[in-house]
Amino acid sequence: MRLLSLALAFATLPALAATPADLQTGYAAQARSANPAFAGFSADRGRTFFTATHGREWSCATCHGATPTAPGKHATTGKTIAPLAPAANAQRLASPDKAEKWFRRNCLDVAGRECTASEKGDVIAYLLTLK
Amino acid sequence: MTTSRPSLRKLIAFAIAAGALVPAPYATAGSKRFDVGSPAYRQECGSCHVPFPPALLSAPSWRAVMQGLPTHFGTDASVDPVPRAEIAAFLESHAGTRDTSEYGKPLLRLSRTTWFAKEHRKHVAPPVLARPEVKSIANCAACHPGAEQGRYDERDIRIPGGGAK
Repeated sequence: MRLLSLALAFATLPALAATPADLQTGYAAQARSANPAFAGFSADRGRTFFTATHGREWSCATCHGATPTAPGKHATTGKTIAPLAPAANAQRLASPDKAEKWFRRNCLDVAGRECTASEKGDVIAYLLTLK
Repeated sequence: MTTSRPSLRKLIAFAIAAGALVPAPYATAGSKRFDVGSPAYRQECGSCHVPFPPALLSAPSWRAVMQGLPTHFGTDASVDPVPRAEIAAFLESHAGTRDTSEYGKPLLRLSRTTWFAKEHRKHVAPPVLARPEVKSIANCAACHPGAEQGRYDERDIRIPGGGAK
């Protein structure tokens, strides 16, 4: 059911390039269907979520940096990670598929579960405040 | 009894032919260039670490890596079916010819393989690995600036904080 609603949420997006706002639209639709009282995303909540640990060793910031306008560094391999903030890296948040893939992987690493649409949208809202 | 001496030309031809039989990438000592060119491989397997040269593990080792993606060195590195098929084919066709097994089981960790361990034993002691710019033996690019492109030429090696070469 979730997969269906997510697919529907993203169905209107062009196959190739999208904007962060397009991603937000998709996640907002999903968040609303999960919770009719959904009142929009919050960059503050997003910053808190991004920098906190969630029951495990890593936070998002562990690899991406607390304000990811600079390159990050993988906590295990040491590999440089290109900046996550769209203002610092035009390739970020331009593909719903790619965003979904990395949310799935990294939320599993950080929180041991999938992130909710609301959490994803909050994180994107936070990233969009970074210059 | 007379013996015929091989001509110099034949000797040179033989030497060249023999050199051609040495499997790449081990053919030339100083220049080490590996093919890491598959787009799916670079995309899916070159984000958390550099795209490791397929030539450095055997095909059985790579198959074991691909089987174990959900528990890939502590993380779930599962890949969707389409890129997964491309990656598997790339690894299969570019795998190394050396045996990278230990006690009959294929190794998954490059740094445990004989050839890799031998190459790095002298120059990458624990103090070097502990330096923050290095951090991990998996961080090829720390010392090999061309690692993203599969280039590991000896002349390009720069060990952060210095080290014997």
